[in-house]
Amino acid sequence: MTQVITANHPPLRKRKQKNVLPGFNLSLGYTILYLSLIVLIPLSAAFIKTTELSFAEFWETVTTPRVVASYQLTFGASLIGAGINAVFGLLTAWVLVRYSFPGKKIVDALVDLPFALPTAVAGIALTAIFAGNGWLGSWLEPLGIKVAFTPLGVVVALTFIGLPFVVRTVQPVLEDLEAEAEEAAASLGANRWQTFSRVILPALYPALLTGFALAFARAVGEYGSVIFIAGNMPMVSEITPLIIITKLEQYDYAGATAVAVVMLVISFALLLAINGLQWWSSRRNGSAR
Amino acid sequence: MSSIAVSQYSNYQSRVAHNRATSEPAWIRWTLIGITLAFLSVFLFIPLAAVFTEALRKGVETYFAALVEPDAVAAIKLTLLAAAIAVPLNLVFGVAAAWAIAKFEFKGKSILITLIDLPFAVSPVIAGLIYVLVFGLQGWFGAWLIENDYKVIFAVPGIVLATIFVTFPFVARELIPLMQAQGKEEEEAGLVLGASGWQILWRITLPNVKWGLLYGVILTNARAMGEFGAVSVVSGHIRGLTNTMPLHVEILYNEYNYAAAFAVASLLAFLALVTVALKSFIEWKIERDASNEEKLSEQ
Repeated sequence: MTQVITANHPPLRKRKQKNVLPGFNLSLGYTILYLSLIVLIPLSAAFIKTTELSFAEFWETVTTPRVVASYQLTFGASLIGAGINAVFGLLTAWVLVRYSFPGKKIVDALVDLPFALPTAVAGIALTAIFAGNGWLGSWLEPLGIKVAFTPLGVVVALTFIGLPFVVRTVQPVLEDLEAEAEEAAASLGANRWQTFSRVILPALYPALLTGFALAFARAVGEYGSVIFIAGNMPMVSEITPLIIITKLEQYDYAGATAVAVVMLVISFALLLAINGLQWWSSRRNGSAR
Repeated sequence: MSSIAVSQYSNYQSRVAHNRATSEPAWIRWTLIGITLAFLSVFLFIPLAAVFTEALRKGVETYFAALVEPDAVAAIKLTLLAAAIAVPLNLVFGVAAAWAIAKFEFKGKSILITLIDLPFAVSPVIAGLIYVLVFGLQGWFGAWLIENDYKVIFAVPGIVLATIFVTFPFVARELIPLMQAQGKEEEEAGLVLGASGWQILWRITLPNVKWGLLYGVILTNARAMGEFGAVSVVSGHIRGLTNTMPLHVEILYNEYNYAAAFAVASLLAFLALVTVALKSFIEWKIERDASNEEKLSEQ
């Protein structure tokens, strides 16, 4: 929007575009102050605390086998959960946009539930239904599938909390898709599957990837829903956020912070990647019109 | 949408042609709907139903007893208090940030937007940890706080701070794109007509974004009342004093007092349902207000 304005009035751009609205200093000043007090200064504490450790100590703390096992579980389960959500989120978005069935509006609204339901509630509810005597667990266990208190339980919890992301990023793109492209593909002899895989799906890739990355980023840091269903066995079903908590409870502040810094760095990298993806996605959608 | 085909063939034929070309046969449609509903049942509907059935398993009396028990009441009060502080603070911040970002041009704007999003990228556990590092016993202000007999960590202020952190971006995130899209012509017109800055804010800007604002507040509130990880780190789990509702649920659950745990959880689940319903209502309002945009509909 600003680009349009500046392009129309090149002389105004010279120094500062004159803005007559009041309150810039106050609002920006307050924004930066509040941001610093609540977010930036406390976050910097984590990085400053780590400097108490030498690099060798830091490295040893963040690479002990138990911690490494927790990374593998956290990132592995998050990837699988986000992958499940990519497939079923796409399907859900497709069904909600393209088809009609009774109760569709309610289903559409309930997709947001994992955003709104407290993670602890989700955790105990999932544990209750997937435990050996639960509604689903009592069906799965005779088949030899144990969900609660195993790494599989972690995947289930992380799938739950990431569920809305793919649906909500893909849905608007699918709604805006022009019917003409599909009609053209059909009239050129493509069957329905070819139209989907070569015309529709490529248009959805950026949104799909963004939703996947958002679900993954959310899953990596998740704590509340996982600890109830995971069983929390060291080396087997212990997630990295729980390692941080355990170290804190043992008053190992430096150790907890070291592991936290590793997670923070990875999370920030993910945040940057997501911002890049969203930028790419909006550009693709913009130019497609 | 109905293309050249309409003019060339009879109505019936064209409709069949149209359906075949850009839709799927009924059996595929219903299979896909079935798979979707099965997936959502396992991950959404059944867990939701489980919360309420488990809560009522031992009867209505046990259910209400679990809710009026003193520790539960204290937890409910603390949750309401934390939300009552966190929501207005983040609301004011959201409006200020959106005003600066949407109505003005300045260097580093995109960096600022990314920084505002930062709390979403941070694990809730780490959100709690950083406040322990600042205000805890060994923290930056630990010694000073003890000298002056203030408690932040393992006390209510820490819980409020952690809640503010995890709900930090919601309002700003809703408002920034909305206010950017609306531009600033109306505000400038108000200014020309002699309105003061605050009058412009109250009478032009805020009424224009009221639904987005409400949306942000609802999301903030839901997360504030439901936060678990961050609050868990700073709370110290002192019954009746520093337990919020989600923490109370955890304690009851770990004591194998499932009926009571699910009873308190059902209150939170009910809150989540209200949140989702309000969210849908606001989306419908925004859609209705904003446009006579045609939705892509089939058939």
